[in-house]
Amino acid sequence: MDIALKILSALATILLAVVTGLFYMGLARKITARVQNRVGPPVTQQFLDVVKLWSKKSAISHGTMFHLGPVFALTGSISTLLLVPLLRESRFLSPFSFNGDLILILYVMVFGSLGMALAVGESANPNGIIGVSRGLTMMVGYELPFIVAVVTLIVQYDSSSLVKILQSQDGFGTWNLIRSPFASAAAFVALLGMMGNQPFDVPIAPQEIASGPMSEFGGKYLGLMMSSRAIFMFAKLTLYTDLFLGGASNLVELWVKTFAVFLWPLLVGLVFPRFRTEQTVRFFWGWPTALGLVGLLLAIF
Amino acid sequence: MHENLLPKWDEDVPEDRGLELVADWARKHSLWVIAYGTGCGAIEVPPTMTSRYDAERFGITMMATPRQADVILVTGYVTVKTLKRIIRTYEQMQDPKYVIGFGSCPINGGMYWDSYNTIKQLDLYIPVDTWIAGCMPRPESIIQALIHLQHKIQRGEATGWKRYRENLEWYRANQRKVIKNWNMPDYNW
Repeated sequence: MDIALKILSALATILLAVVTGLFYMGLARKITARVQNRVGPPVTQQFLDVVKLWSKKSAISHGTMFHLGPVFALTGSISTLLLVPLLRESRFLSPFSFNGDLILILYVMVFGSLGMALAVGESANPNGIIGVSRGLTMMVGYELPFIVAVVTLIVQYDSSSLVKILQSQDGFGTWNLIRSPFASAAAFVALLGMMGNQPFDVPIAPQEIASGPMSEFGGKYLGLMMSSRAIFMFAKLTLYTDLFLGGASNLVELWVKTFAVFLWPLLVGLVFPRFRTEQTVRFFWGWPTALGLVGLLLAIF
Repeated sequence: MHENLLPKWDEDVPEDRGLELVADWARKHSLWVIAYGTGCGAIEVPPTMTSRYDAERFGITMMATPRQADVILVTGYVTVKTLKRIIRTYEQMQDPKYVIGFGSCPINGGMYWDSYNTIKQLDLYIPVDTWIAGCMPRPESIIQALIHLQHKIQRGEATGWKRYRENLEWYRANQRKVIKNWNMPDYNW
């Protein structure tokens, strides 16, 4: 594919991710409201929030690194999104996949958070710094079962190409959810930490640390971060769909499967209070990692 | 009493607002209130936000820090000590921002009209866009006031933040008259 077509398909992918991510976040607010026995905002509420944030007239910055922080977060999100194949056969919506890219995806996923950590450090707000240290500690927690699950899949298929793992699942009985149940269990519990819903919303924690890393960002920075969060959420959901649910052949199937994956952290998050930071790490290094290691040993032998 | 000393209140709204119409439509449908209860009226805010009188269906949520919020509710009486914090919080918010004077105490001193320590008219110190009468206003009144603010934003009349920027010396003079220990940092803006 020549370069113009690749750029066009990259832009189409980013647009699809932003729209779908914001729509899912609006749906999450509506579902949360209904569970709490009230009406809730319209499902297009997140679009209105993003338009309002981008139309703010002033954006107070604390320096260059502070200004670059949301840019790093958006870069990490878009890079992760462009490396994940969205559809099974068509190469239009995933122009930058290549062999061995699963390991690259694992590294690029962390980049956004590290950039945000540097930016929050420059804002010199103690709430932000506490939130960043909590978030990175929790990331050490949930990355372990996730990496164990992904390594199990790599060993099982003898390849670290996401496209190959995706295309060797066709039909319901061959999904990795069914074929490697231990890896799926470990990875889906790690998804709870990645999505940042309760009980693992330790970095945000509005009642304790005044929304943590986001506390000094306002106006257009917050709009940038909300868009980046929508893109990153869609990238993670698509990664899980490709790894465990057999990918999608068309857009409707992609939306159905990613929404099914999205419902899992949402519904768990509605009924749980928040953990403390050391409880999250202790939780993630306990049963989920044990299940993942059992799956890894079964895959090796 | 102070009418001829207040800055221009009803400024002319330009006829052709163009893209500002879209921006104001988005702003009115997602008002983020800062979770700062300045006085006793804040007791009526949690019932407004929770399941019974659900204000979230209008897009109104609470935000934890002033940098993320649009609206500050000055709920109830304002002592001089609180006024300094309100001013700092208000200046940290990003434009465009709105103030709602909640209850009868910001309007004219309310129950504490003869106290030495409270301020009697909030409009002299920060620009107020909407007032709610009552002591305390019920959640239905609060929602009605928020919808009134939404209408004002759509018409382009909620320009308190512009008034503050243009008449900063007048507001600062009033603030310095009551706040004796003035050690405000410069980084609020």
